[in-house]
Amino acid sequence: MNQFPGASGLIFDEPLLWEKGANGRRGMSLPPRDVDFALPDEALVGELPDLPDLSEMDVVRHYTRLSQWNFGVDQGMYPLGSCTMKYNPKTNEKQAGLQGFAAAHPLLPDSLSQGALKLIHDLERFLAEITCMDAVSLQPAAGAQGELTGMLIIYAYHKSRNSKRTKIIVPDTAHGTNPASAALCGFQPVNVKSGEKGILTPEVIARVMDESVAGIMVTNPNTLGLFEEHIIEISEIVHEKGGLVYCDGANMNAIMGIADSAKMGIDIQHLNLHKTFSTPHGSGGPGSGPVCVGKHLEPFLPVPRILFEEGLYRLSEEFPQSIGKLHAFYGNFGVLVKAYSYILSMGPLLQRASQLAVLNANYIKELLKDVFHLPYDRPCMHECVFTDKEQHEQKISTLEIAKRLMDYGFHPPTIYFPLVVSGAIMIEPTESESKETLDSFVQAMKTIAQEAKDHPELLREAPTKTKVKRMDETAAARHPCLTG
Amino acid sequence: MKALEEVNLPDNLRYAETHEWVRLEGDIAFVGVSDYAQDSMGDITFVEFPQVGDTFQKGEQFGSLESTKAVSELFMPVSGEILAINESLAESPGLVNSDPYGEGWIVQVKPSHIEDMESLAGPDAYRETLGGEE
Amino acid sequence: MRYLPHTEEDIASMLETVGIESLEDLYSTVPAACRRSTPLNLPEPLSEWELDNRMSALAATIAASPEYTVFLGAGNYEHFIPESVRYLLSRSEFVTAYTPYQPELSQGTLQAIYEYQTLVSRLLGMEIANASLYDGASALAEALLMTARITHKEKIVISGAVHPAYRQVVRTYFSSTGYEIVELPYLEDGRTDLSALHGMQDVAGVALQSPNFFGCIEGVSQAAEISHSVGALFVTAFSEPLAYGLYKNPGIQGADIACGEGQSMGIPQSFGGPGLGMFATFMKHVRSIPGRLVGLSRDVTGKRGFVLTLATREQHIRREKATSNICTNGSLCALATAMYMASLGRTGLGELARLNFDKTEYLKAAFRSAGFRIRFSSPTFNEFVVEFPPGFDTLHEHLLEKKIIAGTRLARYYPELENCWLLCVTETRTREQMDRLVREVQS
Repeated sequence: MNQFPGASGLIFDEPLLWEKGANGRRGMSLPPRDVDFALPDEALVGELPDLPDLSEMDVVRHYTRLSQWNFGVDQGMYPLGSCTMKYNPKTNEKQAGLQGFAAAHPLLPDSLSQGALKLIHDLERFLAEITCMDAVSLQPAAGAQGELTGMLIIYAYHKSRNSKRTKIIVPDTAHGTNPASAALCGFQPVNVKSGEKGILTPEVIARVMDESVAGIMVTNPNTLGLFEEHIIEISEIVHEKGGLVYCDGANMNAIMGIADSAKMGIDIQHLNLHKTFSTPHGSGGPGSGPVCVGKHLEPFLPVPRILFEEGLYRLSEEFPQSIGKLHAFYGNFGVLVKAYSYILSMGPLLQRASQLAVLNANYIKELLKDVFHLPYDRPCMHECVFTDKEQHEQKISTLEIAKRLMDYGFHPPTIYFPLVVSGAIMIEPTESESKETLDSFVQAMKTIAQEAKDHPELLREAPTKTKVKRMDETAAARHPCLTG
Repeated sequence: MKALEEVNLPDNLRYAETHEWVRLEGDIAFVGVSDYAQDSMGDITFVEFPQVGDTFQKGEQFGSLESTKAVSELFMPVSGEILAINESLAESPGLVNSDPYGEGWIVQVKPSHIEDMESLAGPDAYRETLGGEE
Repeated sequence: MRYLPHTEEDIASMLETVGIESLEDLYSTVPAACRRSTPLNLPEPLSEWELDNRMSALAATIAASPEYTVFLGAGNYEHFIPESVRYLLSRSEFVTAYTPYQPELSQGTLQAIYEYQTLVSRLLGMEIANASLYDGASALAEALLMTARITHKEKIVISGAVHPAYRQVVRTYFSSTGYEIVELPYLEDGRTDLSALHGMQDVAGVALQSPNFFGCIEGVSQAAEISHSVGALFVTAFSEPLAYGLYKNPGIQGADIACGEGQSMGIPQSFGGPGLGMFATFMKHVRSIPGRLVGLSRDVTGKRGFVLTLATREQHIRREKATSNICTNGSLCALATAMYMASLGRTGLGELARLNFDKTEYLKAAFRSAGFRIRFSSPTFNEFVVEFPPGFDTLHEHLLEKKIIAGTRLARYYPELENCWLLCVTETRTREQMDRLVREVQS
């Protein structure tokens, strides 16, 4: 198959909002005025901000054109490693938009919000079942806030035992949010290297683990797409010295229905509903980063928590050891509705989704490993990591390969991450992609590898079919212009 | 990226393992980063400077360089007091790329231990340390 | 299952390529001791149509406008959202895209966020805004962390009239750090008592909310002045940015950082989330800002375009030294707000803000003439505190049966404000509904 999805068509230019419109135009209907004008305190009244006046059609055309310059999962394969760009079911959007959910005020009396509270309660139980953990908080608004929640729980746990610990072990393969979350909580991250097989070795952990270490942040499967095979031993080492084990669940999509976090010795784990549980990424949010904990850490979870008593759900703040609140209300409820709908639609088939995600990644790995350098040639989980080493001779780098993929109609994989692999190309196909799409992607990658040898300029000039060509990011950073 | 043999390392400079160079002019040490460092970082977008009058020990961090995708810390190749910073880099950080040994100097230092210079490498020894990095 | 495209033939052929026998074999690297002992105990999958029934039944138990007449505000507001905004926001090119790391394939998001940054800066009277944070509460926590980063001082001062949940979130964010948090009391007129701030030492940042939790407009200029006189940065928080369509914005009154909740501008209430953390400041602080920034640039052919910029502040590059740990933020909500502001325009914003103010004044006056006390004398925007006779709780319950939700009880947050209730009136409330509320309360 040599037909690639990338093609060119008529693209519209569109000015900035304030380059359009005319004073006095209106894009929104206001309700009739049924009260008199009141008298505001003149000393407090300000100038109106300089917003453009546009008609409804001006606005609609503006954003419709802008949307056409974007690439989303609904247009094509988006194999962004560690981001799990799976299909976002449309029915989930509809459910979140139901008037009862979308128009619910967060301070409704419990008696008038039972459906919302039940949804939160049930989703907590589902996520506990999927991870094999005991208790869940859905409050964190994204993965990084889940990490912060986890770090605060670790801090509160040690404090409750009158133990002052200052460090957190973070492997070199970790997402940048891990050390940043640890630091935000006042911990000093201790960087440890992965072993030759791309996974952590118990020896390395034993060397840095002592009574000053509060815990470890492990991502499992890790960002090389490899399962941390020594996780149980590592957890034992950490627990033995009184530390806790935090698992970044960004890559949970590989192991739903397969692995048991409690057995692995994990004390706290966050999930990304916008990765594993199909809620859309929305061009960078909103997400949701629930935190799952073992029984011993439940008292520290954020408040309010949901209780189910005498047939009624209610919110309770009566948890004296709680770390407090991370969100003004209960987290990103609208996102929770979508994840809940997804789990109800999938049920135990979530395991099948994980298996197919892993199958897809291994399939790509097998088909591309002769063309691109594969630093860890082992069975992978839901993603595989290649490098640009084979292309060095032509002075072609990962960036050029990524940009050229755009011309073929594929979103590039995650590039230059994880940092431990020089020139990393990290591919996560997810279970949503069919064999035909994977074949077409593989063919595109092989064609690009050939082009790197025969016509490297095609890669250096890429992309050619996009709205804009290669952007000058240096100029943007040297002389930042952030508003118009 | 430049091949190792393409990296320009002038003979009259001393180099630190952390890729800073030093040039003595009378009592004043000019400090910048090597051609190798600027080439690996790509276009420099911002230089974070110390304050004039700050003093640092050899090996202490005194500032950083930013490109669009990376931050690289700057370490003092010799102990001493900061006498001047290269203000033109605020407006034109690209000078670090285009002229790393000339207009791209970063700070001037009054060395407190002139013998620090002896522990720094000459161009050949420095070039050898580059081979091992990838 | 309709989300899983693999046929049995596909699977067989792919397994062969991989060189294994079964899907189970894919997990050869997962030790037996790490595996679940039981299959997933989840309800059997629902068809789309069963799901519709299940979810509608849940949603139907929730009291929502228009079936209910809701006078609740307190950080989450009922406003009309044009269908055009809902429609545009559902475009899957925005919904199903990731963070715009590859600018050539993300110009739509990037230009839209650049426009959002611009509109927010203009609304708040600041020079720059970031691409969004999670919500108003965490935005305030991030703002105060930023003041500590810039000033290297160790005390945070926050008004007791800031939304109680925001204060709780700030305390949580600071709980593991050594910073001291000082709360300022409120005055009899509903505004913050600034007297303790004079001459205070070692203050990194001072935060007020305006309109504050009681709906009162704060003396922002004066607070900014005193904050600056003690060497602190001044933060203006908000939960109802529509107020700046009538009242002076934070920037013109001397705020160094303006941050808060943007839900009221085009985002559904959704039981409190997702909202939108708005965050704006001045260019001199740009390198200390948390979160993403979109900047203007050009492509190799000279064509205007946009990129994520100054990313060296962020966690994916600077890791433990980043200005924040935030990664995924609230992009789609930022887009909603930009679309909403674009639809309103300058003219519409002014009219809408006036309508909120005028209707609120109408209800305040009606309560006053009915003999109830408006608790605080300071000017308000679309929320205010009214003092009802003791025992109003029972009447409040009774009104719920009549599908009227008559505000939030303040004693929950401020025990001394017994019998005081916080009510909100936006353009969605009619005169008739307000008259009915007053009649019911009087009876």
